[in-house]
Amino acid sequence: MQFKNTTSHFGLIAISLHWLVALCVFALFGLGLWMTELDYYHQWYKQGPWLHKSIGILLFFVVIFRLFWRGLTPPPKALSSHKPWERKIAHIVHLLLYFLLIAIMFSGYLISTADGRAIEVFDWFSIPASITSINNQEDIAGWVHFILAILLIGLAALHALAAIKHHFIDRDRTLQRIFGK
Amino acid sequence: MKLSKFGTPLLLAALTFGSSTLVADDYVIDTKGAHAFIQFRVQHLGYSWLYGRFNEFSGKFSYDEAAPEKATIEVNINTASVDSNHAERDKHLRSDDFLDVNKYPQAKFVSTSYIPGDNGKGVLKGKLTLHGVTKPVEIEVENIGAGKDPWGGYRRGFEGKTRFAMADFGIMKNLGPKSKDVEMILSLEGIKQ
Repeated sequence: MQFKNTTSHFGLIAISLHWLVALCVFALFGLGLWMTELDYYHQWYKQGPWLHKSIGILLFFVVIFRLFWRGLTPPPKALSSHKPWERKIAHIVHLLLYFLLIAIMFSGYLISTADGRAIEVFDWFSIPASITSINNQEDIAGWVHFILAILLIGLAALHALAAIKHHFIDRDRTLQRIFGK
Repeated sequence: MKLSKFGTPLLLAALTFGSSTLVADDYVIDTKGAHAFIQFRVQHLGYSWLYGRFNEFSGKFSYDEAAPEKATIEVNINTASVDSNHAERDKHLRSDDFLDVNKYPQAKFVSTSYIPGDNGKGVLKGKLTLHGVTKPVEIEVENIGAGKDPWGGYRRGFEGKTRFAMADFGIMKNLGPKSKDVEMILSLEGIKQ
């Protein structure tokens, strides 16, 4: 397998980025739901959000690089067996997934920085606040963050179901391609 | 104008009469100029005091120096304006774990009686509505001062303190054994109308 994508195959970088982002999204979703319900005296009450924010910020840089990489080396062409409506919906879903990712990370950033505090990324560096003047910013951003995250998980599930449909019903190599085959 | 022998005392009497004896003065709490603060404090883990405040509220009081026992006050608080200098904590305080501001956007205190004490202190009784629950509370009041301001107005200020258990108002979130109570500190300055 080569690093770059070809017209028929995904490259190693695109495949790694895809699975890294997928893993982080599901981990952050679970962690986010869990950590906001914790008791005040729970061991993870402070650690959970710290980890969620640190990984979230790092994921933002990963997604930015992923978009850059996608521009540099476009994904392989759709299989000839894919119907026009499948291609169209797949394309829209892919764009929406990217849009939701960015919007969720940005809204999360606006929660934690609403009072002007920076976000600490592990103990490595911090991201300063920028927009702080929206009325009840942390509440609005929190609501947006939550709703969009649910939409993203729903859409990711649809994306996965579609891949499974291609594998077991259409019996084409759509799903196999994202494993490098 | 020429004053007769009877006119002068009559005029003096009228002035005294009008200024304080009968009519209590009405004051509007100076939230516009932010010379009024509604603060609260809760112990954190039992190791320190955490302070917060409500940024948006309004109210009025009436006070007569000659008859302070007739003093009354009413204060309305916008609960969503809670501010503890930490956005993530404020978001949590507004949620249904605490103030539940979507359901209960207003908190309110209406006095029912005032018992003046010594040295300008007194006890104000009234009803506090918080988190949809209305209960009687007693506020220890201290008269801070009153007089003309440099801009042609007349001002009067008080500080009041009270303490209650959050659970009494249906806020059941457990913050630990030392953090069951909240203290409220109201520093209010009114401008005479």
